[in-house]
Amino acid sequence: MAHFTKATSVKDWLNQRLAIEKVEKVMASEYWIPKNINFLWAMGMVLVVTFVLLLVSGIFLLMYYVPTTAEAFYSVNYTIMREVGYGWLWRHVHGVAASVVFLVIYIHMFTAIYYGSYKKGREMIWISGMLLFIAFSTEAFSGYMLPWGQMSYWAGMVITNLFAGGSLHADGLVEWIRGDYVPAQAFLGRFFMLHVLLVPIAIMGLIGLHFAALRIPHVNNQDGEEIDFDVESKKYLNGDKAGSKVMRFANDFMSKDMMVVGIFLIFFFYLVFYNYGFAMDPVNFDPADGLKTPAHIYPEWYFLWSYEILRPFNIDLGLALFGFAQVIFVFLPFLDRSPNSVPANRRGAAFKVWFWLMLSNMIVLTAMGKLPPEGVFSQIGLVAAILFIAQWIALPIITSMEKKV
Amino acid sequence: MKNKEPIILAVVVFFTLVTYYLVEPYAHHVMHKHVESESFAYADLPAITKTGDAARGQDLVMGAGACVGCHAIEAAGMPAAMEPQMAAASYGVNPPDLSNAGVIYDARFLTDLIKNPAHALKVEHKFDADKGQMHPMVGFYGAGGDIDQEVADMVAYLQSIAVKPEAVTPALAYENACGRCHAMSYENWTQIGTKPKFKHEKDSLAFDIKVLEYQDSIKTYMGKLPPDLSMYIRSRNEQFISTLVENPQNHLAGTAMPRTGVTADTMDKVIEHMKDAGDTKRHKREEVGKTVMIFIVIFALFALLWKKQVWRDLH
Ligand code: HEC
Ligand code: HEC
Ligand code: HEM
Repeated sequence: MAHFTKATSVKDWLNQRLAIEKVEKVMASEYWIPKNINFLWAMGMVLVVTFVLLLVSGIFLLMYYVPTTAEAFYSVNYTIMREVGYGWLWRHVHGVAASVVFLVIYIHMFTAIYYGSYKKGREMIWISGMLLFIAFSTEAFSGYMLPWGQMSYWAGMVITNLFAGGSLHADGLVEWIRGDYVPAQAFLGRFFMLHVLLVPIAIMGLIGLHFAALRIPHVNNQDGEEIDFDVESKKYLNGDKAGSKVMRFANDFMSKDMMVVGIFLIFFFYLVFYNYGFAMDPVNFDPADGLKTPAHIYPEWYFLWSYEILRPFNIDLGLALFGFAQVIFVFLPFLDRSPNSVPANRRGAAFKVWFWLMLSNMIVLTAMGKLPPEGVFSQIGLVAAILFIAQWIALPIITSMEKKV
Repeated sequence: MKNKEPIILAVVVFFTLVTYYLVEPYAHHVMHKHVESESFAYADLPAITKTGDAARGQDLVMGAGACVGCHAIEAAGMPAAMEPQMAAASYGVNPPDLSNAGVIYDARFLTDLIKNPAHALKVEHKFDADKGQMHPMVGFYGAGGDIDQEVADMVAYLQSIAVKPEAVTPALAYENACGRCHAMSYENWTQIGTKPKFKHEKDSLAFDIKVLEYQDSIKTYMGKLPPDLSMYIRSRNEQFISTLVENPQNHLAGTAMPRTGVTADTMDKVIEHMKDAGDTKRHKREEVGKTVMIFIVIFALFALLWKKQVWRDLH
């Protein structure tokens, strides 16, 4: 057993038992961050803050939400929006944060792709990040079911139908997932459980994993420079703060994180109070009605690109490609065969084009996923979907031909 | 080292805005037909040519015009002859009390309505007299004199008994113009009126049964139950609702919902009432929004100063 002495202070008492000083060093003051990084590296902290906003607002909503098909719509739109003090505020914060979190996730992901931050020991950061993406997608989808509006019902119907596997006709599987022939009480109860318990727990665990994965490789930097953290941190600790290439996470980089968070929150609360419509689809303010199919059924904007990969093809091929699109990002660290982990614009023309094309094409897919699949829109959608697949097939080829820089 | 942050920010903002533009304004523009407002002018109806006389109008409304045979006019001491669900059983829907018709409805619309209801209401596709499909409101065929003068007199009378436009509350506007067809449960409104607080459950259930009976009649009459409008201000937007009311056929061709012929002022009040039901906390939102924005800007400023201070030694 360890040796304990009479404590000289509260801090000492805690130190003997929890090693708080050591923990503080490992996690904050001697967690070294390169200096040559820009505000995009604050997106992780922005995500943490947004997640906290989701969690806190969600807890308030949970106090009044009723997970039954008869009461859900009323409990949200009447009880929470009208009766509960500031219920409307929590709901708008929750709804807007759920949408904005995906915007920030996409920025965060494309930052990682652009700077090659998924390579050279950072594979686990990327993989845990993609697991977070999947967990957040599940969280968002299950949450969307809860108000039991028209879009909840019909998006739930369409997405669970995918599990029939096209011409496999695995209708039994679909019924098993729904617990009924159509989305009904069993369905709502299950998604409620996922949304408020299982998936949030998974997310918290995955955030822990994501952070742990960051600790050893450290974060990348905007020049793709290999930094000797031992040498540079010594320099810093010996007083040459300006000459060292690194800085402490806290307070050095955290002060910048907070600055970015501050600016982000101005944008966020502007949306919450003055421009929340994009995050709360009007159609979902009509109560669920199994007899009335809405004119246009589409998922929330952040799922549109993958939805559009499903749509232009026949059901079997569409499903296969949709499945491909869901998982392919996870394998990015292994599909990119290039030895370079430097920003995309310095890796030669091929990857540079690949990157900007991927980004633009996903925006095109997103737009086409929402528009009705008619005329020129379905043709653009088809081309964009094929291009998306082709880009992933081409990736190992063009990256293995890349010259070392 | 050159500071790349402004250009990076520009790139992020650019792609965000393009995405936003495509999935929001642009997609909505493509998916939803845009209907221009006709500013509630009812220009398709004949212009008014006569000036009415309220005193003569009173005789017509109470007598030859036969309005009170079907409609109550509480303001003139004419209560409803039957309970709403009974009236709906006869007419399909309860003919509204006309006490405030003069202020709720546009004069040009009323003038046409009295002579030819199906035409003014734009439901001729459902009610074609030649095929024996009679509108439940029988048109006025004249009382022996100049029919246009007689109609103008009745309109003048209805205007004379109505409250002043300023006295029309949002709830009154809604209940008169939409309330006989559309419930609004979040405001406790049913098609047969505001549901009172009952002491005994039995009375409450008895009321509910009347509502259900009423709804059965209206379903038969209109082919479907007109929806509860509690949350419609959020599921449809203001522009949609107001152009729909102006002419339902513009949005839903062939629909059973009639053109209601309300004035622009009534429409504003109906919208206001729908906001009271479905966007109840909008004033509070404005107020809290301002405070939060001020707070968060101050937070951001402090964060900026802190960063500046911490980073002074780092360069
Ligand atoms: C035979 C019965 C009957 C008579 C007579 C009658 N009405 Fe009506 N009226 C109705 C019914 C039924 C409605 C509701 C129709 C509907 O909603 O489809 C109605 C609706 C109305 C409306 C509301 C229209 C709207 O835009 O919502 C007004 C105003 C009105 N009547 C005025 C009159 C006046 C004025 C007279 C006398 C000249 C009159 N009515 C005579 C049965 C009658
Ligand atoms: C005489 C009955 C009647 C009156 C009066 C009436 N409505 Fe309707 N309304 C209907 C019916 C029936 C429908 C369903 C139409 C359909 O789906 O074709 C409807 C549908 C609607 C809808 C939904 C349209 C959609 O997008 O599905 C709105 C909004 C609406 N009415 C608003 C109003 C407002 C506001 C008023 C008052 C100014 C009003 N209505 C007066 C019968 C009526
Ligand atoms: C809500 C979920 C997420 C949270 C809370 C989160 C949080 C963070 C934080 C705090 C950092 C360090 C600071 C930074 O570089 O921004 C980080 C880095 C990183 N994240 Fe995430 N992240 C999330 C989702 C994702 C996703 C979906 C991916 C993509 C697959 C991802 C990939 C990465 C990578 C590759 C890094 C390292 C960046 C570098 O080394 O430069 N993260 N994350």
